[in-house]
Formats: sequence, structure tokens, C-alpha cells
Amino acid sequence: MSVPSFRSLLILPFLPLLGFLLPGKVRAQESPYLVAYDHYLEEPGNLEIEYFSTFGTQRGGNDFHAFWTEFEYGATAWWTTEFYLDGQSTLGDSTVFTGFRWENRFRVLKREHFINPVLYVEYENISDADKILKEVEGHDVESDHAIRNAVLRQENKHELEFKLILSGTHKGWNLTQNTIATKNLSNEPWEFGYAIGASRPLALKASAKRCSFCRQNFIAGAEMYGGLGDRHSFGLHDTSHYFAPVVAWNLPSDWTLRLSAGFGLNDNSHRFLLRWGVSREITGFGSMVSRLFRGHR
Amino acid sequence: MRNHVAALVVTAAFLSVSIALAQQEKAPASKYNKDALIYAELAKAPQKARAKRNPLEKDPGALSGGRILFEQHCAECHGDLAQGGRKGPSLRAEEVQNAEPGAIFWILTNGVVRRGMPVWSKLPEPQRWQLVIYLKSLGVASGNPALLPSPKAPSNSPTEPPSPHR
Repeated sequence: MSVPSFRSLLILPFLPLLGFLLPGKVRAQESPYLVAYDHYLEEPGNLEIEYFSTFGTQRGGNDFHAFWTEFEYGATAWWTTEFYLDGQSTLGDSTVFTGFRWENRFRVLKREHFINPVLYVEYENISDADKILKEVEGHDVESDHAIRNAVLRQENKHELEFKLILSGTHKGWNLTQNTIATKNLSNEPWEFGYAIGASRPLALKASAKRCSFCRQNFIAGAEMYGGLGDRHSFGLHDTSHYFAPVVAWNLPSDWTLRLSAGFGLNDNSHRFLLRWGVSREITGFGSMVSRLFRGHR
Repeated sequence: MRNHVAALVVTAAFLSVSIALAQQEKAPASKYNKDALIYAELAKAPQKARAKRNPLEKDPGALSGGRILFEQHCAECHGDLAQGGRKGPSLRAEEVQNAEPGAIFWILTNGVVRRGMPVWSKLPEPQRWQLVIYLKSLGVASGNPALLPSPKAPSNSPTEPPSPHR
């Protein structure tokens, strides 16, 4: 499979700026998680354009900056579909496009319960040079990323990833647990991983005035994620684990900013992962597109 | 190559099933029927949920907060004046305005997922109650949205009546 050139990557960080060109009316109420998922899906007809960065330290190699752009569309109230474009720059090495992902989340139950299951199915076409660490699975360890990009990008993976997302919100607190199972479509064993998270808005009541710095606009929490080995060697050993405080700032101008500082919990983990993201929700995107094709009514 | 084909077949199958199911949501013959089905959901609220009292009933700032929340999260589908929009039914219909606050809160919490109304439990409980206060302040109205009377503002509220935003 051919890998797009460095020049094509330059567009990735600018894709969220498309949000400036499209009208928006809704302030997003986005969760602060960068790895874990809660049970809330994108509102139907809305498109969210997101850009995320991960800066990671690397022992035995060069530090890296991995980034991805995400297009998240609410197909229905119970189905959200997302398309990702991934890339990374390794200091003193190179910048490469590392692949794409297509993700779908399905809400199983039609009403809100104490625990709400969501099924997640993703197809990934990524190279071994992918370092966005959107999930940790199997025996993923820091040393996997110490190899030069020229070598890593030669290996391309086609994977199906499944998640069971169990999440609930009580008295403002969201608690979520994700179980991950991944199958490389080559003849490799199933790999497993986990992510858990907890978060809460800093204020539960909306203030009487529009404001950017009101406490209800900030959601803070923490997430923890790591691998669980594979079918032949299941468990917490020989893999990596991270703990990361997270915060999201939902601006009245429809933008959301997220920040996360992740710390490796064992010797197999990167020491430090600094992540940040910016997103913009475009309401009524589906209607806009259908009007384009059907004309105004 | 075989793996590529398998992956494509699986993803295409998911897409087809999902699109087919999504189309079923558009089954009601008319918007009137669809709205009626959504209003009927209010009657499904359990007695315990209906009996809930709004803890912010006497909070003077709750209404203005509710108005802002409505503009941010609801107006896109239900219209700037809650008169109904392309996707959502009027919230100024008798069915909504005469419903118990607890029933409206229950719908906000649970959504009507199969008919396109998302779950809003991502908004904390107090914010959902603020929305209920705002919705109940609007009063019954029907007909041409442009001729709708302005919602009534409670005398103890510091806010101005809701208006089309932006």
C-alpha cells in the first residue's frame, strides 16, 4: 500500500478550521476524555470536526508528536460514525501519514439506565508507525515506538476493533469503562485492552448569563488505560498502562478545547504523554448536505 | 487481498444494516404523525418520574439559564421559539405544556432515541430542570411561528423574554 507524501499531511491540522466556514448554533457539551468513551453519541445530523495532538517522550529513541483529525457524524440518535486520519512526526526522523480509521458506535438501549451499553466497531488501516495511542491493546509497549519511521511504516495493519462501552452518569459524575478486543485481519491472535474514566462539570447549574469562563463550561476528570495482553497471554503484564487527568473547556462559541497529561504507570509505558485537542460542532450538517442535493424547499 | 475483501464486506454490511434501520425512523407518513408519536412518549413517563418536583422551582436565575440552554441545545431542532422545526416537534403544543414537569424532565433524560431525540442526561440534573422551567414558561401556542406570542417571563425573573437568538 502506498503511503501519501509528507506534503499531504500538512493539511491535517487545518481541517478543523473548516468549522469557521460553516455556521453553528449549538455549544457542544463534550466529555473531556481523549481515550475512554462515554455513552453519549453525536446529536443526529451534527458533524464534529476535531484535531488532536499527542506529544510523547521516548526512551531509546526520539520523542514524537502524533496527531489525528476526526470527523464525527451523528447518523441517528443511536448511531454515530467517525472517520480518522492519523499522522506523526518523530523528532530527528520524519513526518509520516500513518493511516485511517472508520469507527461506528451504536447505542443498544433506547432509554437511560444506571449503566448504558454502547457497541463500538472500528476498521483500522494503519502502519506500525502510528503513535496516536488512541488505545493501548495486547502487548503494546514503549519500545515498539523506538524504531525509525522508515522501518515502521513498511508494516501495514488491517484491524477490526470492538469495544463494549459501559457508562453512566449520576449526580453530575460520569463513570465509564471500555473493554477492547482487536483482531488483526492477518493470522494474529485477539488482543485486549481497557480504558476507564470519571469526570464531572465544575458546576452543575447553568449560569443566568452567557459566559466563557463559567464553571459549568469546564469538565474535569481522569482516565486510565492500558493493555490486557492477547488470547495466549492475557493479563496486565508485559504491556503498558497510563493514568491521565483530563479537562475540557466547552466554549459558548461552539468550540471545545481538551487537555490531558498522561503518565506511564510501569516501565513498559512512555514516561509522559501530553495531549490536547480542539473541536468544533457543526449543527444541522446533514440537513445542509441534503438541501444541497434536493434544493431548497 | 482476501483480508481486504473480508474487511470491506464486513464494513459494507454494517453500513447497509445501519442505513436500513435509520430509514425506518422516517416511517411515519407525515410530520403530524411523527410529532404525535413523540408526544405519546410523555405518557410513558413512570408515575415516580412524573411526581418529581422541580428543585429549582423557586430559583430566580433558573429561567434565564434555561433559556440559554434551550438556545444552545434545543433550538436547532425545535425552533428558536420552540414552535417546532424541521426535525423536532413544537414544544408549545398542549401535550407538552400540560405535561407534568417530571414527565418533561424524564423525556429530556431518556430521549426518544428511536425517533431521533437524543438522550440529554449529559446535561447535569439541575440544567435539565432549568430547561423544564423555561419550556413551561413558554405557554401553549400554535399556528404561524412568526405570530407566536412571546413566552411569559415570571415576575421574579431578572431575564428578558426569550427571543430568536443571533
